[in-house]
Amino acid sequence: MGQQVLNGIFLGSIYALFAVGYTLVFGVLDILNLAHQAVFMLAAFIALALVADAHLSLWVALPAAVLAGGAIGIVLERVAFRPLRGRADSNISGLISSLAMATVFEAIALQIFGPDISRFPPGTFPDRVVRIGAATASLLQLCIVGISVVLMAVLTLLLARSRLGRQIRAVAESPRAARIVGIDVDRAIAMAFFLSSALGGAAGVLFGLAFNSISPDVGRGVELKGLAVIILGGMGSVPGAVIAGFALGLIEVFTVAHLGSSFRDAVSFAVLFFVLIARPRGLFGRAAAREA
Amino acid sequence: MSLARRWSFSLLLLLAAACRDQSTEAPASGAGGTATASGGGATIGAALSLTGAAASYGALQRAGIQAGVEQVNGGGGPKLNVLIEDDASTKEQGITVFQKFINRDRVSAILGPTLSNTASAADPLAQQAKVPVLAISNTAPTGITDIGNYIWRDSLTEAQVIPGALKKAQEKLDFKTAGVLYGNDDVFTKAGYDVMQKALADLAVKVLGTQTFAKPDRDYNAQLTALIGLKPDVLVVSALADNASSIVAQARQRGWTGPILGGNGFNSPAFIKNAGAAAEGVMVGTSWNSLSQDPANQKFLEAMKKGGVNPDQFSAQAYTGVIILAEAIKQAGGKTGREDIVAGLAKVKDLDTPLGKFSFTPGRDAQHEPSVQQVKDGKFQIVQ
Repeated sequence: MGQQVLNGIFLGSIYALFAVGYTLVFGVLDILNLAHQAVFMLAAFIALALVADAHLSLWVALPAAVLAGGAIGIVLERVAFRPLRGRADSNISGLISSLAMATVFEAIALQIFGPDISRFPPGTFPDRVVRIGAATASLLQLCIVGISVVLMAVLTLLLARSRLGRQIRAVAESPRAARIVGIDVDRAIAMAFFLSSALGGAAGVLFGLAFNSISPDVGRGVELKGLAVIILGGMGSVPGAVIAGFALGLIEVFTVAHLGSSFRDAVSFAVLFFVLIARPRGLFGRAAAREA
Repeated sequence: MSLARRWSFSLLLLLAAACRDQSTEAPASGAGGTATASGGGATIGAALSLTGAAASYGALQRAGIQAGVEQVNGGGGPKLNVLIEDDASTKEQGITVFQKFINRDRVSAILGPTLSNTASAADPLAQQAKVPVLAISNTAPTGITDIGNYIWRDSLTEAQVIPGALKKAQEKLDFKTAGVLYGNDDVFTKAGYDVMQKALADLAVKVLGTQTFAKPDRDYNAQLTALIGLKPDVLVVSALADNASSIVAQARQRGWTGPILGGNGFNSPAFIKNAGAAAEGVMVGTSWNSLSQDPANQKFLEAMKKGGVNPDQFSAQAYTGVIILAEAIKQAGGKTGREDIVAGLAKVKDLDTPLGKFSFTPGRDAQHEPSVQQVKDGKFQIVQ
């Protein structure tokens, strides 16, 4: 029991970290960035290349891959979203162009790293097991939960307190009003993409380390889970995504252990379905549609 | 306006693609007859998983086939020309490769495909076109050779290997209870599970719990925690090598120190490489005894050593596949037509191969002695 809760928290922390970035962009632009999973995957590969080929320490490779993820996010915004901004159908065309970028990113990874499963070399992370009551966790798992929680806390603080956070929130509220009060809207959006993709990239590296198997299609399963998390948490709500991420991780672990792995996704999506019937805006969704 | 133009452009592209497909398939409609080899040799197609979930097997199968062809062509027998194509570990790509072999390359026979899953989809095409297939690694007990009289195999099935392996493991380890984990989305891992379940029941071993996973899964902590919590004497796992190494590594991380018994999917050096120290002590049944002193096996080992390849069961079976096809052609009086090879295969009996004295069962399955091996010091060692 205790061990399964720990397994769930561990899995949930990665889902939450992935979904926080996902929901941030949605909150600002009202657009689903379907390339988020590709950034997740690319960052994992970048960290792998830095550790395995460049022989850097993980503690150098991790922040480097996270920054690289953020940089990919800025490129993504420039190429896939900015040219479409202001068009009447920008929501749907942005969705499609992000899907196209995801395909491009996957093709790049396929070219460079091949279709097979790649792994971090043994000894990348010290192989230590920690006892917590009757349960055990590896040091790696604890670090992953710790890093996720810290990153999510930093994002929350940043959004609540910093000048940049206020700008991003203002743009989310109304881009036009934000522009009138002198906010550089393009820059705020680019920064939101940077933060979102950096967090998505961090989730990718941690996922790669945790399960030690990375392939160009590794993000696809997580993407669907991330989508469920941000809908469950309330589209655009960062705290909602955090809580829903942990909830989904726990639900998944207990489903697999007690009902079988075939029900893994069925139960997650059934929960989503019923929450949406009871609370159409998700657990932490904003009260009403905003007036533009 | 521009949207309309873009649409018509993409339609055009689609049309062009369709036309190209048709033009490449065109000669197919006229085929269907028997292939006649040109230049006094036989063209053989080999569909191997060089990419995808089973890539770790495919690479060694390719090495085995190449060594076998060198052996046959150097020995004054009928000349073989083997075309190797990647089935990408999927049914779809397997079907495409089979169609190419049957219709475009007009091969005399096909070796492969690597996975039972792929074979269950691709072999019926060969059966329909009357092209002999010699499976060199399919181990699902049913659904392969029972497709029809053109489908043969030189790989022992899970039903032929696992019961003996579990019996030997029980003699060594004396276990009474087991926890079972298997992949339920793959023909081979599911078939392996069915055999394990029956074999465990026959040995009076009590199965305390059964858990499942799917091929794309990366996280097995939930299943392993549930199984380990039941405190079984052994863990029995049916999985492909990529999943197997992650499962074994995560089981050790979850604190499992007991024995792990694997299905045929574990029979790959890639499993040991990826699982690292966690693989130590894992026991697996195998069709190939690497320590066999038979001249046929020594010759195979030498050929692999020359190629700089560390041989495994899959390369031995692939190599044997080539030797068997050469023998079938010899039995058919040197003729290389598709029907001639089928007639020749039926006459193969007690052939000396790296796997031992090889014959086919009346059901066109392989017949020879299996062995058991265990990981020790990062290598598979035969359990005597």
